[in-house]
Amino acid sequence: MTAELAKETNFGAAFRSLIAGEQNAELRELREKAFASFEANGFPTVRNEDWKYTNVAPVVGGQWSVSATDNGQRITDSEVGFLSRFVSESNGFAALNLAFADVKVVRIAKETSLDEPIEFTFSGKDSEATFPHVIVIAEAGSKATIVETYASTAKSFTNAAVQVIVEDNASVTHYRVQKDSPEAFNYGITEVTLGRGSSYDSTNINLGGGLSRHDIEVKFTAEGGEAWVDGLYMLNGSQHHDTHSIIDHTVPNCISHQTYKGVLNDKSRAVFNGKVFVRENAHGTDAQQSNKNLLLSNDARVDTKPQLEIFNDDVKCSHGATVGQLEEEELFYLLTRGLPELLARNLLTYGFVEQIVNKIGIEAIKSELDAAVLNRLNVKLEV
Amino acid sequence: MLLEVKDLHAGIEGKEILKGLNLQVNKGEVHAIMGPNGSGKSTLSKVLAGHPSYEVISGEVLFEGKDLLELEPDERAREGVFMAFQYPVEVPGVSNSQFLRLAYNEKMKHHAQEELDPLEFNDYLKEKAKIVEMDPQFFKRSVNEGFSGGEKKRNEILQMAVLEPKLAILDETDSGLDIDALRIVAEGVNKLRSSENAIILVTHYQRLLNYITPDFVHVLANGKIVKEGGKELAVELEEKGYDWVKAATK
Repeated sequence: MTAELAKETNFGAAFRSLIAGEQNAELRELREKAFASFEANGFPTVRNEDWKYTNVAPVVGGQWSVSATDNGQRITDSEVGFLSRFVSESNGFAALNLAFADVKVVRIAKETSLDEPIEFTFSGKDSEATFPHVIVIAEAGSKATIVETYASTAKSFTNAAVQVIVEDNASVTHYRVQKDSPEAFNYGITEVTLGRGSSYDSTNINLGGGLSRHDIEVKFTAEGGEAWVDGLYMLNGSQHHDTHSIIDHTVPNCISHQTYKGVLNDKSRAVFNGKVFVRENAHGTDAQQSNKNLLLSNDARVDTKPQLEIFNDDVKCSHGATVGQLEEEELFYLLTRGLPELLARNLLTYGFVEQIVNKIGIEAIKSELDAAVLNRLNVKLEV
Repeated sequence: MLLEVKDLHAGIEGKEILKGLNLQVNKGEVHAIMGPNGSGKSTLSKVLAGHPSYEVISGEVLFEGKDLLELEPDERAREGVFMAFQYPVEVPGVSNSQFLRLAYNEKMKHHAQEELDPLEFNDYLKEKAKIVEMDPQFFKRSVNEGFSGGEKKRNEILQMAVLEPKLAILDETDSGLDIDALRIVAEGVNKLRSSENAIILVTHYQRLLNYITPDFVHVLANGKIVKEGGKELAVELEEKGYDWVKAATK
């Protein structure tokens, strides 16, 4: 308790110094409200159902130097408007992010198709707490790819938020790659809204961090949207990763696809909680969800909970989760070709995750991830 | 002698399936093991390849005079035992050429011979692919993924061609093949047949033996070899059916 108190005082001092320099009145108000919410509720604890399996005590107990800069000058009123829609109340991390948010706004102009991806890389430093907050507005009919990378090499605490607004008939491809150092803490929240006839295709790769959590919320706000919310977590040692996903069909005739795969070795632990809501008037919804986990060690553990909540009959929905080991028949096949057992196991594991990695349309990122996965599996595949 | 199976008793999940099987295979020979469903054909293949679910109760298997049963499946493979699967497994994400090169190089490493780099291996693979009339576009595709039944079986024979085993066990390789695929697979096997290796064809039907002429035919029933002969035995079996053998042994 003492530690928690000391910590909040620490954030408090940093916040007061930040807010004193905040020149955008509206933003200042948002920050103050968010910080008040954080002070009132603190960090989530395992008593909270959504945080049952993820204990953030190491973050709470850490000594962090807060890195935050006021950026009121660079942000327009309409952009503050987007920021005000951010659901900061959802938990202490999100509230703290908004309080300290280091905001970057990217706007893809109407009917514009970007050839090059928009890239963000965040590399937290030792003992530093950072609060990146990116707002991507894909205006009507535009097309873009976002690459969001976390690559801390130290014991950092990254608390990030990304808002993606996909306007009517726009199309956004979003790669989120978290490959922080295994000592790092990483919290990220992604909030997406889809306009009429728009599409959002995301691939969330979680390889790093000692303790990491990703909350992703995708909401259809007009008919004809389609979203892919896919991901991979690949953990070893004592890594802990938690993905909480919400796909919200609030309007008719939208399609969502979700495939998450997990590979857990050693004493690692993962949580997958995927909620799909099909609201009362969301007829014609097509929602598919799957979470498949491969446990490579007896000490690894995964808690998976796919949840479909359907309030309309005229829908097509499926969901499922599996937790298993490598198939003995498949392993035997590789062994009979003379591959040593470890290599055979690792190749099959690679095959398991490949479906997610292979989705990535940017060759440079795909091959880098391929290399990271293969490196973790200690496999050399040359072409 | 390349392979000597002596009084082999083996089974799965506590059930004895092979009940005293004897078999001798020399280099340069092609043996057909025929038998009805449940006779133990598949068990024999799996025991020889080292499938972990099958247990050997008693008996001996010598490969080049050494105890084969004490080797792990991958060690057997590197020593030169190959099994073509009835149902080959798909390995997504790993291309055929990557997979084959890994397997090939493991074998070379084991025999302290030079490994091939990707370029050298590609040339080697192209030559081998001609044996089963396989288009080089298959090299880049993931192992068996999305392959038709016939393509999978051709791929098995391609693997055999690449790995150049001393003993190849073809487990029901003819099952599920149309006549063209069967011809290609059989011709591939015939091209690989040499005085330096031996082949065991495990099959229910005589059909495959129209294309690959065996030196010896062994008929398996109820876990034992009940009749042995030359290639004419297969024809006789086809005419009279397995009941004939079963009746004859009672």
